[in-house]
Amino acid sequence: MSQPIDTKRKPAFWTMHRRDAAAGYLFIAPQLLGIITFVLIPLGLVFYYSLHEWNVLANTFTFVGDANYQLLLRDPNLPQVLWASAVFSAGLVVLNMSLALLLAVLLDQKLKGIVVFRTLFFSPVVVSLVAWTIVWSFLLQANGGINGMLAMIGIEGPNWLRLPSTAMVSVVVVQVLKNVGLNMILFLAALQGVPKELYEAARVDGAGRFKQFRRITLPMISPTILLTSIITIVGSLQVFAQIAILTKGGPGVSTTVLVYYLYQQAFQFNFFGYGSTLSILLFLIVAVLTFIQWQMRKRIVFYEN
Amino acid sequence: MKTELSPRAKVALYGLMCVLLIPFVFPTWWMITSSVKPISDIFAFPPDLWPRRFDWLTYQRVFELQPFGRQYWNSAYIAAIVTVGTMVVSSMAGYAFARIKFPFSNALFMVVLLGLLIPSEVTIVPLFQMFLGWNMINTHWPLILVPIFGAPSVFATFVMRQFFISLPGELEEAARVDGLGRFKIFWTIALPLAKPALGAVAIFTFLHSWNLYLEPIVFLSSTHMFTLPQALTQFTDAYGGAMWNIQLAAATMTAIPVLLVFIVAQKQFVEGLAHTGLKG
Repeated sequence: MSQPIDTKRKPAFWTMHRRDAAAGYLFIAPQLLGIITFVLIPLGLVFYYSLHEWNVLANTFTFVGDANYQLLLRDPNLPQVLWASAVFSAGLVVLNMSLALLLAVLLDQKLKGIVVFRTLFFSPVVVSLVAWTIVWSFLLQANGGINGMLAMIGIEGPNWLRLPSTAMVSVVVVQVLKNVGLNMILFLAALQGVPKELYEAARVDGAGRFKQFRRITLPMISPTILLTSIITIVGSLQVFAQIAILTKGGPGVSTTVLVYYLYQQAFQFNFFGYGSTLSILLFLIVAVLTFIQWQMRKRIVFYEN
Repeated sequence: MKTELSPRAKVALYGLMCVLLIPFVFPTWWMITSSVKPISDIFAFPPDLWPRRFDWLTYQRVFELQPFGRQYWNSAYIAAIVTVGTMVVSSMAGYAFARIKFPFSNALFMVVLLGLLIPSEVTIVPLFQMFLGWNMINTHWPLILVPIFGAPSVFATFVMRQFFISLPGELEEAARVDGLGRFKIFWTIALPLAKPALGAVAIFTFLHSWNLYLEPIVFLSSTHMFTLPQALTQFTDAYGGAMWNIQLAAATMTAIPVLLVFIVAQKQFVEGLAHTGLKG
């Protein structure tokens, strides 16, 4: 304020609003450019590729219109691949959500040493994924640890990962045990956020534990249930390492889920065009599922406010 | 439902939890103990819960069969860069979307959120072609650039935005009156308050990078460039059969550091991750 005010000066270009806008764009620039470069452009490209036949060996790239999509409809493996994906996702989500909720309710009790139990149930989440999967493939062999223990109580276990009837179940269980701790913690946090007065009021009204759970707990934690179910379903469609290590999609194609099939087609058989078409299919499935869940949010989820 | 439990109910509850724990704890135990057994004892019947004999040479062979030290370093430095990079990118973007008013900010936020909708597996074919065009195949660039700037960091941006929205506005107003610029406000006021959210972002970003599998096997081809998850599956004999004791020793070395950090800092881990889901 020591300087005399120059009344003839033009209004400053850098007003607070402009300064703010510039800062805003600058702050989001790395993320926005990243999304454009590594998500939106590739998404456009994957659609473009899906309209082409791409022979890597002959180095040819020819426009074939909807031929890859026709191939998709005629692909004899595809119904089984989609079925395997659906079974995997459904099994994973149902098992994961119910086990996570059960564990969260158990671990929400006031007991000595409960923190130790929480830590142990959560520990597989921090064991690296491939290490966890390798141990299970070791355990699930015909002469592995699981069958070794079953034999001690007189049961002859199957070759878990090589039988069509047990391979998928094994893969689902291995994956549930790996990640159920995450959902468990989210549920636990939600349970601890439910106001205690509600339970007291219900007890005064004579509601039993089960009724309290159904009428108070479930509605109050429904936003968390919805959120975790979206994360779990979308996550289940992305499963790859577990399949690659445990079963390589077999026996037959019984555990070949969509991402694994897409990897095989594009990077093992070099069918980049068809691989791209499968990518589009994966994208559509995820988009439809997300949309459905978003709609359900309005109907089912209870919000306090 | 936190009424006092009767002693009998407590015993039943402890019993139930111990039984349920077996499949969660046993595999890790089995991995560690089997990794020090001689190969002949690995499939012993009945199975040994504690090694009868120790064979420490297995751990030496891990480093002889592959450049395992180098691969360890690859995983560690990539995860470190990705974690720090994601914290920078997501906290800046999250802050701007939460607290700065600028034209089209909502529309641009929707564009960024597309990264949550589109799984990275959908774009793996074009990403491979793009990095091939930039001569970055068999380098670590794809494993660093895509997670920091692309789809994987969008979730972090979302978490940071949710956190910054919940901060009271008065602190910033006071700073603005004092003449602080946006970057100063972000750096000296908002960011220090965001430590819990940043911690959560750091934890899941690190775990995500440490576990990455599809991307390394698509982008990397030479053994000394491999990351740990990819290297673990390469300990096979001439017939492609797994060398179990060596795979398990390498798996143990991959799992133990994170497990130890988790045991020491488990409170931060659990609260950090719970935090990300609370306001979803």
